[in-house]
Amino acid sequence: MPKFASSLLAIAALAGTATLAVGADQPVIGLITKTDTNPFFVKMKEGADQMAKSRGAKLLTAAGKQDGDNAAQVTAIENMMTAGAKTILITANDSKAIVPAIQKARAKGVMVIALDSPTDPRDATDALFATDNYKAGILIGEYAKAALAGKPAKIVTLDLFPGHPVGAQRHNGFMKGFGLPAPDAAVNELGKADQIVCQADSYGDQAKGQTAMENCLQKNPDVNLVYTINEPAAAGAYTALKRAGKEKGVIIVSVDGGCAGIRNVKAGVIAATSQQYPLKMAALGVAAGVDYATKGTKVSGYTDTGVTLIADKPMAGVESKDSKVGESLCWGK
Amino acid sequence: MASVMPDTQATKPNVGGLQWPAGLSVAVLGPVIALALACTFFATQSDHFLSGGNFSLILQQVAVVGVLAIGQTLVILTGGIDLSCGMLMALGGIVMTRFATTLGMPPALAILCGIGVTSLFGLVNGLLVTRIRLPSFIVTLGTMNIAFAATQLYSGAQTVTDLPPLMTALGDTFSIGSTQFAWGTVAMLALYALAWFVLRETAAGRHVYAVGNNPEATRLVGIATQRVLLVVYVVAGALYGVASLLSVSRTGVGDPNAGQTDNLDAITAVVLGGTSLFGGRGVIVGSLVGALVVGVFRNGLTLMGVSSIYQVLVTGVLVILAVTADQLSRRGAR
Amino acid sequence: MNAIATPRVVMKATSLVKRYGQVVALDGSDFELRAGEILAVIGDNGAGKSSLIKALSGATVPDSGEIQLDGVVTKFRSPIEARRAGIETVYQDLAVAPAMTIAENLFLGREMRRPGWRGGVLRMLDKRRMIEESVARLAELKVGIRSMSQALETLSGGQRQCVAVARAAAFAKHVVIMDEPTAALGVKEGGMVLELIRRVRDRGLAVVLISHNMPHVFEVADRIHVARLGKRATVLNPKKIGMSDTVAVMTGALRPEDLPAEALAH
Repeated sequence: MPKFASSLLAIAALAGTATLAVGADQPVIGLITKTDTNPFFVKMKEGADQMAKSRGAKLLTAAGKQDGDNAAQVTAIENMMTAGAKTILITANDSKAIVPAIQKARAKGVMVIALDSPTDPRDATDALFATDNYKAGILIGEYAKAALAGKPAKIVTLDLFPGHPVGAQRHNGFMKGFGLPAPDAAVNELGKADQIVCQADSYGDQAKGQTAMENCLQKNPDVNLVYTINEPAAAGAYTALKRAGKEKGVIIVSVDGGCAGIRNVKAGVIAATSQQYPLKMAALGVAAGVDYATKGTKVSGYTDTGVTLIADKPMAGVESKDSKVGESLCWGK
Repeated sequence: MASVMPDTQATKPNVGGLQWPAGLSVAVLGPVIALALACTFFATQSDHFLSGGNFSLILQQVAVVGVLAIGQTLVILTGGIDLSCGMLMALGGIVMTRFATTLGMPPALAILCGIGVTSLFGLVNGLLVTRIRLPSFIVTLGTMNIAFAATQLYSGAQTVTDLPPLMTALGDTFSIGSTQFAWGTVAMLALYALAWFVLRETAAGRHVYAVGNNPEATRLVGIATQRVLLVVYVVAGALYGVASLLSVSRTGVGDPNAGQTDNLDAITAVVLGGTSLFGGRGVIVGSLVGALVVGVFRNGLTLMGVSSIYQVLVTGVLVILAVTADQLSRRGAR
Repeated sequence: MNAIATPRVVMKATSLVKRYGQVVALDGSDFELRAGEILAVIGDNGAGKSSLIKALSGATVPDSGEIQLDGVVTKFRSPIEARRAGIETVYQDLAVAPAMTIAENLFLGREMRRPGWRGGVLRMLDKRRMIEESVARLAELKVGIRSMSQALETLSGGQRQCVAVARAAAFAKHVVIMDEPTAALGVKEGGMVLELIRRVRDRGLAVVLISHNMPHVFEVADRIHVARLGKRATVLNPKKIGMSDTVAVMTGALRPEDLPAEALAH
């Protein structure tokens, strides 16, 4: 018996060390998105998945239940750490409230990278891979200025909701690109100007965007330029303009570059949109995580994942790509 | 023989039809006064507020929540609450738009399917409340989540576009004088008129109030209490389906993320309209007034250029005032 | 009120048995109610008083035994069936909707519809007629409430009780059962309700009155049914027996066979 038992033990030990050896090599990376219903984050997950498979890493995913759900993300960080994640990628629902949980993780040697939305303060994470939302605004602002060709501007801005950094950056960037005196990228408040005749909040939602545009039209029926925080809001603005019979004389610009939005550029609903690349954010994040696990090198600082102006009617002096290019790079369906 | 008891004071002269007791008049008057005050205020703050076009616009903007609020009022009158209304509306919208586009169904049939799905969920709500005796809060919390997930899964989180014209017909307008009105507005007002008629003039409608006021009493006097409740939840579900159609015709798309804030907006409209959350008391038209109050504030504040965060603040204050007024008027009636 | 000829029996029950698991609530209980009388049913807790009443009003179905209504053997499977047979019950908590009007409460579950297509197709209620009827019924019983459009909750406890009693009296064909009608009322209001109960009897309905309140029982009852140990112990004549002796019979301190013959009212 002892002889049989001891050989059994030996085999078991060998098998055990073998699996441990394999397991020890596989980097575990966690991806926590705001929600898992927004196509933007669906694309992010895809990008992370692809990169993880190609680099032999294990990807854990989690998300909040809805926009703003901080608690679920805190729990996800804890669970992923228990599951052995050495790198966590996160799009924070609440840029301030998530910081303590991130600091706890980093204290235990976990590398935390913010994707798409910075934390507050920004250096609470090791690194940030995101769109330069201010730049995204500048691009469409420049385009709009060129497209108006010197006509006096009457601008409606359909923003996100008060206090959100991304909303402020895109709005203020737009103003800067248009040539209006604008707050800089670090400011969280929306800039004002005489040319902006109406400012309303759309919450990034199509129906609310429509309502906001309708109400603005009551106030200023003769607008000629609409800045929108994202493409659903732009679609809502267009419906409102069409109902009022005004869609021909108004330029709509937006940010995002989702496939539905690019189709709207093709259809002439949106004149220009700044396309951003969630897939790239996630892929870079996973690659960084693999490097950290295998080589021990951390990333730091801000990496601009790029933004491209997509417009079918090019304007002189403003670099853009057409909707075909946009479609090849778009996210969502 | 002398009368059995001293004559009580008649509160109103008896002129035929059953009149609302004094306590309820306060409940209806409150929201109407609030609406009148809000309109007066905004008229002074912006030249664009007081116009036929602007009012027609506000009516269009509140149509979806307005119809949701009819269903919600029915449920709240029976002493329950329906947290699933907004999500069911989104589900209905996705079902009818995808059936018409992806499955190529004739639009009228697709619309009926959408309303059928929401009515089915209403039936589930009703069965769980009546047969399993679960509290409506819990049941509709569950169906809300299920409906939301179903919507996201079936739509793939994508908006449905390129809808057949029949589906968006309620968004079309007609003119009275120089003002445009949407057919959706007419539909909403017609539904309110119908609900008002049934609740006031038919036995079935009165039974809804009785069940909310004292369900045990209705059981003892022979009213089919469980059936009344079941019918209420199914009708509410069907109304949410109609709201789906109104939402689709207004925006021109099937949006899986629609209706997320409409849940609470519908309940807010009902509460602002004076219906008691304890059941058995309320006037259906009050919910329309409640929805209009919220719509007027949103429109007026935008015209004034005031940040949307103040709309949220005002709505919260109004809700507290409305519930307080309801409580005080009930105490006054005793 | 005492008929010289043999009184007509409106409702009769023989050997009712009802068990709840091991507990025997009714152990072969008899019951007899005569036309035009107020029969009080008294008994200590656990005597089978409420089980008897539940069997008579259709709220429960007895395991064995027979109930006769006007000489015809009947079986009630629900309170609605008892109601259809003409037996109305005024429950202890009144079974009313306080936020609704007096007229609505009177016709709750039995609403009148308008004649013709308005009532048939549109199912519209005939509110005017219901109000007129309500006024008439309450006037008949000399209940002095003027406006039928008041909410029930604006009335005092005694007035509400009167409305509930009037509702039962308006729709009953033979029997009105009242469960502790004066329990929650003060002296004056209690007296008001008792006066109304007498009027109900005077209109020709037989009344079964369950009550713990001995003075009230003695004020209105024509006969007193004493329930004890799941049976009918005896039926007493309140005019020929005192309150304390009655209580003694109820608790078992005094045996029915020890009573003088005139005290009994079989």
